[in-house]
Amino acid sequence: MSDENAGLIAADLGVSRGGRLLIDGLSFELEAGDAALVTGPNGSGKTSLLRVLAGLAPPAAGSVKWAATEVRQLAPEARAGIAYRGHLNGLKKDLTVRENLEFHRALNGSEAPIDELLVTLGLRDVAGQRLRFLSAGQRRRAGLAMLKLGEARLWLLDEPLTNLDIAGRRLVAQWIDEHLDAGGMAAIASHQPDQLAGGGTLSIEL
Amino acid sequence: MKLPRWFHRFGSPPYVYALAGTLGPWIGGIAVVLIAAGTFGGLVLAPPDYLQGDSFRIIYIHVPSAYISMMAYVILAVAAAIGFIWHLKLAHAVAVSIAPIGASFTFLALATGAIWGKPTWGTFWQWTDPRMMFELLLLFLYLGYMALRAAFEDRDKADRVSAILGVVGVVNVPIIHYSVIWWNSLHQGPTISRLDGPTITMDMLAPLLIMIVGFTFCFAWLLLSRLQGEIVEREYAARWLRELVGESR
Amino acid sequence: MVDIFLTIMGRDLKLAYRRWSEFANPLLFFVIVASLFPLALSPGQALLQSIGTGVLWVAALLSSLLALEGLFRGDFEDGSMEQILLSPAPFGTVVIAKIAAHWIVSGIPLIVLVPVVALSFQLPGEALATLAAALLLATPTLSVLSAIGAALTVSLKSGGSIIGLLILPLCSPMLIFGTRATDMAANGEPVAAPLYLLAALAVFAISLGPLAVAAALRVGLE
Repeated sequence: MSDENAGLIAADLGVSRGGRLLIDGLSFELEAGDAALVTGPNGSGKTSLLRVLAGLAPPAAGSVKWAATEVRQLAPEARAGIAYRGHLNGLKKDLTVRENLEFHRALNGSEAPIDELLVTLGLRDVAGQRLRFLSAGQRRRAGLAMLKLGEARLWLLDEPLTNLDIAGRRLVAQWIDEHLDAGGMAAIASHQPDQLAGGGTLSIEL
Repeated sequence: MKLPRWFHRFGSPPYVYALAGTLGPWIGGIAVVLIAAGTFGGLVLAPPDYLQGDSFRIIYIHVPSAYISMMAYVILAVAAAIGFIWHLKLAHAVAVSIAPIGASFTFLALATGAIWGKPTWGTFWQWTDPRMMFELLLLFLYLGYMALRAAFEDRDKADRVSAILGVVGVVNVPIIHYSVIWWNSLHQGPTISRLDGPTITMDMLAPLLIMIVGFTFCFAWLLLSRLQGEIVEREYAARWLRELVGESR
Repeated sequence: MVDIFLTIMGRDLKLAYRRWSEFANPLLFFVIVASLFPLALSPGQALLQSIGTGVLWVAALLSSLLALEGLFRGDFEDGSMEQILLSPAPFGTVVIAKIAAHWIVSGIPLIVLVPVVALSFQLPGEALATLAAALLLATPTLSVLSAIGAALTVSLKSGGSIIGLLILPLCSPMLIFGTRATDMAANGEPVAAPLYLLAALAVFAISLGPLAVAAALRVGLE
């Protein structure tokens, strides 16, 4: 099926926030191995754009299609193809790191091994602690772990480097490269595009 | 589900704005004539009630207000649902415009009910009367709807969230209505049902029917004028509006 | 679908257990409100007995308002809700699971607690069983209505003051049938009718309410 392999297609996209149009007439496509780097000053609509691409918010104009279907109308199973990591980590403060990851693994119907992931992220020693007691950088790492807890082909990352130390940033850059090499796609909003190794095949400046 | 093509014209703000402007005065005129006729019929032509004397004449305002208060909520919910499902901003504008009108008629029904209650029950407010209880709860539904809208700064979000509340509310209105009646049927309170009595004579009924139709037109008139205001507020940046204002200057 | 239901419910129950005070406080509030009434009224057992049912139901209703803000707000503010919405888990199932968990931690304690407090208002024994049965049928509806209120206001900074305005009028049928059932039992009348009506309300709320909740949450996340 060609539809299955179709990537992300944004056509004549308009994005607004609070009734104000921030982005108008944006069109681009992502196919296997493509990454789009979204850059722009504060308030230019990077986050709003990613939320529209994820299907959380409706576009003000135009359309976003994933696998030839409007993202807002994707069947639940098809949503597994997209992972969105926003400013919020999406983790519960009163669950331990491991419990948080186990919950998201179950939610995504994934079988990914959590122990290895915790080691890679340097979170093995705090795995049994409630998230409440972790540093912002550690929480960020735990949040990024979710990228590996599903089979998403498209990663939508909003400032993935925030709060991370150098090793953490390298790890994220490496994950993104591996993901793209394996035929994945990504749209990344960042203020430090140069730190995301390969850079994007596509640059969207807002 | 698709909307019929002719319906899409009602999605166009300039069209609806102009239509409301054209229809408004006519509907308003009919409302004035009908309400004047109904008032004359109710106050002068209709005979006094054999039990309640002249005080019953307040039904000529009370009953039409109560009727409008319920009808308006249903229209509000239908408009809100259309706006939510088909993303029609104008349908949301209709729902928003109705809320304060509906609340006002509900308040009018409560106030006239209370005024009527004084000579009938000897008190302005009788907690055991199911109709008054229902109107009071309906007023709360209107106020809740308006309060929820007011809490949102983003108009799109306010439209969509309040639409859900409107639909939830309208599903509950009949439940609330019948449960209040059921509640009263068990109560051994001193309730005088005010429309009981020997059959209403024609010269009493005709003015009431005229008033109900007149109030309906009055509601439509108010709605159209509020809708025009709402459209101006939502389209203040639109070209057609600027041109329209430029023309009339 | 059952897996998702249990996963979500298990998580919410675990979280509730770790923040148990959030759910204990409304119960305490209920007890305090109920015990303030005798103080506010002229001393006399007869008056208390005649208004006891109403006092208990209204106090229970108000106390449940305190428990509902956290129903979706926590998930909304830490980003869990958007992750859940974007996950392949069917959102309707998620919503029902969350409402069920809320009912377990806020509804069931009321079913136990209210009849106990009712004892102090000298409700006759037959009425206590009916009261518990009525609560068992009414609290699911209450949880659904609470969820609707919480979902509608989830994206507001603070929904607290407005939720009551939205929810309480919708609770009136439940209140009517619940208090009537209890009073009728106290008078030795058959109580099937109001209990059936409460059950009907519950079925109605459970089947349609989650749709409204899911729609409101989606809008809230935009």
